[in-house]
Amino acid sequence: MHVLLCIMTGRFSSRLYIAYAPLVILGTILAALVPVVGFNAVMTSEHFASFLVFVILHVTALVHYIKRILTPKTYRMALTMVLTIGTVGALTLVAILVALVAASPTKGWSGRSLSLLDPTYASKYIPIIASVSEHQPPTWPSYFMDINILAFLIPAGIIACFSPLSDSSSFAVLYMVTSVYFSGVMVRLMLVLAPAACILAGIALSEAFGTLTYSIKYQQIPTLSNEPVSEEKTTALKSAIDSSFKSVVPKDSNKEKTKVEGDEKVKEPVKEKTSKRIRKKEKEIAEKHVEKQVERKPLVLPLEASAVGIVLLILLGSFYVIHCVWAAAEAYSAPSIVLSSQMSDGSVHVFDDFREAYAWLRHNTDENDKVASWWDYGYQTTAMANRTVIVDNNTWNNTHIATVGMAMSSPEKEAWEIYQSLDVKYVFVIFGGLVGYPSDDINKFLWMVRIGGGVFPHIREPDYLRDNQYRIDSMATPTMLNSLMYRLSYYRFAEATMDGNGYDRVRRTEIGKKHFKLAYFEEVFTTQHWMVRIYKLKPSKNRQRGKNKRKTKAVSKKITQKPIKSLKNPWSS
Amino acid sequence: MELSRPSLLPSCALIFLALLASPWWSVHSAEDVVITKVDRRIDLTSHIVRTSASIRFENKGSSDTTKVLFALSSAQAERLAYLAAIVLEGKGKSKTQSDPLAVSQVSFQSAPRDIVLYSFSLNKPLKRGESAIVEVNYVLTHVLKPFPEEIKQSDVQLVVYLDNAYLLSPYVVKVQTTTFKLPRSRVESFTKLDASRLADSELKYGPYENVAAFSHQPVTVHFENNQPFAVIKELEREIEISHWGNVYVTENYHLMHGGARHKGTFSRLDYQARPSASGVAAFNRLFAKLPPRAHSVYYRDEIGNISTSHLRSDNKRTDLLLEPRYPLFGGWQVTFTLGYGVPISDFLFYSKDGQRFLDFTFGSPISNAVVDKLVVKVVLPEGSKDPVVSVPFPVEITHERKYSYLDTVGRTVVVLRKENVVPEHDVHFQVYYKFNNLALLAEPLMLVFGIFCFFIACIAYMHFDFSISKSSASYQARLQREEVADAIQRLQKVMNVRAAVTDKLDASLRDLARTGDVASCKAARKAAEATLKETAKEVKSIQEALQASSRAASVLLKVDSLIQKEKEKQDKLLQKHSLTVELYERKLSSKDIDNRIAPYQQKLLVLTQEVSDLLHAIDD
Repeated sequence: MHVLLCIMTGRFSSRLYIAYAPLVILGTILAALVPVVGFNAVMTSEHFASFLVFVILHVTALVHYIKRILTPKTYRMALTMVLTIGTVGALTLVAILVALVAASPTKGWSGRSLSLLDPTYASKYIPIIASVSEHQPPTWPSYFMDINILAFLIPAGIIACFSPLSDSSSFAVLYMVTSVYFSGVMVRLMLVLAPAACILAGIALSEAFGTLTYSIKYQQIPTLSNEPVSEEKTTALKSAIDSSFKSVVPKDSNKEKTKVEGDEKVKEPVKEKTSKRIRKKEKEIAEKHVEKQVERKPLVLPLEASAVGIVLLILLGSFYVIHCVWAAAEAYSAPSIVLSSQMSDGSVHVFDDFREAYAWLRHNTDENDKVASWWDYGYQTTAMANRTVIVDNNTWNNTHIATVGMAMSSPEKEAWEIYQSLDVKYVFVIFGGLVGYPSDDINKFLWMVRIGGGVFPHIREPDYLRDNQYRIDSMATPTMLNSLMYRLSYYRFAEATMDGNGYDRVRRTEIGKKHFKLAYFEEVFTTQHWMVRIYKLKPSKNRQRGKNKRKTKAVSKKITQKPIKSLKNPWSS
Repeated sequence: MELSRPSLLPSCALIFLALLASPWWSVHSAEDVVITKVDRRIDLTSHIVRTSASIRFENKGSSDTTKVLFALSSAQAERLAYLAAIVLEGKGKSKTQSDPLAVSQVSFQSAPRDIVLYSFSLNKPLKRGESAIVEVNYVLTHVLKPFPEEIKQSDVQLVVYLDNAYLLSPYVVKVQTTTFKLPRSRVESFTKLDASRLADSELKYGPYENVAAFSHQPVTVHFENNQPFAVIKELEREIEISHWGNVYVTENYHLMHGGARHKGTFSRLDYQARPSASGVAAFNRLFAKLPPRAHSVYYRDEIGNISTSHLRSDNKRTDLLLEPRYPLFGGWQVTFTLGYGVPISDFLFYSKDGQRFLDFTFGSPISNAVVDKLVVKVVLPEGSKDPVVSVPFPVEITHERKYSYLDTVGRTVVVLRKENVVPEHDVHFQVYYKFNNLALLAEPLMLVFGIFCFFIACIAYMHFDFSISKSSASYQARLQREEVADAIQRLQKVMNVRAAVTDKLDASLRDLARTGDVASCKAARKAAEATLKETAKEVKSIQEALQASSRAASVLLKVDSLIQKEKEKQDKLLQKHSLTVELYERKLSSKDIDNRIAPYQQKLLVLTQEVSDLLHAIDD
């Protein structure tokens, strides 16, 4: 995109060519080496744009080359000729491509990328993509949480980039704008935004520091004439931490004679502080207007304002560092499977239920048993419990996930049959109702219904909603109350709560159906805080029962006929 | 099999002798030695069955004897984990205990089958007509069979124990009693014999009189036992010695509940709400006694730290309360790793012949647990030689080699294996080895050498020219660039010297203003002039060098103007200096002097500014 912009604005250079062409080729080859990507890098149309730019770049390079070796007259002739042929060729090529792309149903764009361009696409067509919280559009607080003060520095940075618009600064601006758009579509792409935000905020900060230190540095010239005033100022601003400022103090109060020697010394620390950009600017100015030194004053801010500004900026920066450390410690490094809460006496109470359950599965089930759960816990189960799962975080087969979703939203008997057909031995659900853990399976249940319903039309979302409201209390629909998810989550829950009412601490309501028995599943393990509940499928009923009945009847008949014989040796047959 | 043997050869000889002597024994034993009194107490309160029997032997034969025999049924001998005997001497309060007796397994043709005989060698021969009390302690594991084998969460655990109402002995026993100590008074059933009674939680058989040799009267006790049946199926202890100050212990556990298997569902609700009526046989905590001053204790498994544990420590002991991730019901298993470090001074000592030896406990620190298979690995520091192990009971000893960080020849690992280990085996054992103190320095020196080599390589890289074609344009350009940079650097140095001269002149002027010492001021000027002249030469040579090189064209202009300006500045300064001195000589008022100097001062200021600007420009 940047390259295109550069070409359009006539900023083409060999540097640009060198930067872009190898990147495209090497990047594509490297991407193709990743097994999952494979030939997708050249086959799908998401990558088409970069190749188009690649082609345009080459054409431009060729044009420039020809321009250089030919005389203007022949050049014009060649240009018209090449243009006519080229246009025809390009048109046919584009027509073929468009035809190819249009032939595929999604026009060659995968769902994830489409939802990038059209934020409403996912929720309309593919519930599974929309169900992932990372794919939701972010909220304003999440922006502030993730990038904090950078959010305010970015606009300043963009303005700073425009003041001398160069190749690099225009790239930064473009990068910023596109990444802001993408991060607005998906929370996950906040990752793309982060480096751009850092760069621009850095530019803004550097500009601000540059201007402020610059104005302090050249404060001396106007203050030469009125010494006492400057001294007053210095005493008033002694608290300022800026080192360059301190070195100004003795010099100002010195006699004129020492002026010469002091000047050079003072310059050093000031120089180090200013950014490169400023130095360059200074150099230019120094070369051009050596004599007009005093004329630089228009940029100069009052001493107090600049000193206070620097202090404020430093404070801002240090608060940001504190925020970053806090965010890294609390939000990013805290493992989501180990939860902790502060007790009233200040000690930390650890909720280690997930690992408790996984360890139980690992050590107390057969190695070949299969475990079914919602796909969120697929990887965790594989890694921590070392058991085969039905669906995991990288399951691409939508039908597969939908099957599990359907099982969870079906009544017990149907669910048992589905799981039996999948050769599942254990089913577990995450339940936070006892301790108030909000991201449990009941809260995700609607997505299971949607995903299941997307493939199996007999699962219909409205069946689970009462007046378009998702509820699990006594007003909930019977379909909801009979679904496997509800039954596995709330099995014997009412008895466990304090007053026996079954008050769910996440949904903040009393549950709808309190006392029921499971006919096809049996509870085999529940963790300390009830966060993970593992159930085992009951073994299939003896299908020969009807036959056996008949047989036993026959035997009993026989016995009545020959009672003595059978009594003699009942185990002989 | 529990045989205490000081070394292999004597014990072989002993068995050989015993075999030779067997006909004699079988003929005479019954008459020679008689057991006058036996008091047997069998402790069934935990899952480890501990029996202690005090047996009074009396020699009624014609000659002295040094050996007495003790028998166990082969079923019990199979599960025997520990067997020890001592002689009790004296009576009443003045009872003293002898050292443990040497125990060896013997066999006889004449003895009944399914019986294993052990022989204790007495410290003092048992003389004719005398008697001695021998106290025998033995420990059996896995002999409490749960019945029923599978229980529900709400059930209690019932176990069956099988034993003999009489002491199994090759001798005639005059009087004997047997007491079973049970954990609770609840007993489902027990074999009723004459003189058997159950009082509270004690089941007593006897006294029986004049029981013939090898008489057998089976008894079964079916009773409730809800003690934690903690069975460690496999335990690997790795004891790593670091001469830098610590002994690190890592223990990998594979723990199992060895009691009645859990059947049916597990309801957390019942377990939490009714702890007294639900899962009484299950256990969710273990107690471990670590060595005193243990530090950096960790408790984890394959999926990370286990947060449920409590450590209490003072300078005498370290107690660790471990909770597995989940309560263990019958048949449930769990694995975990326990690790800690202890200061080396507590466990490593020097023997008299200059060797070092490690003195460490053998068994698991977890209390009341049976270890089915124990592997103790002692990792000696790199460079230690000739390890010798001294363990008070037989173990299988092999050697391994382990490579850790920065190892070159590897560490010697002594591997001790033993099966069926009970807390009675938690005694100290020693590993003697030779170690040269210099070997301690090997690894740091290796690191030092490595880093040294790296820096040498860096220095070499900086000083040698690795370019392939010496005639290429870019190479030449680089050389020239370096030349120019070098020249500029020299120029800056000279300029600094000249600036110092300026400083000196200024200082002299200030002195003049203060003291009025014209002579010293003049002297200062002379010196300054001399240095300036000298440096001027250098400046010229540098300028020429720069002019000669083609690359310097871009900076040359600036350099030239710098030199010119600088010269001008110095000249002006000298002029100002001389003028001031002159004025002072004329004794003008200071205000007048200031007025006169003012134009020079202005010019100087501008020039100084320019010079410093130029210097920075060249810098860039």
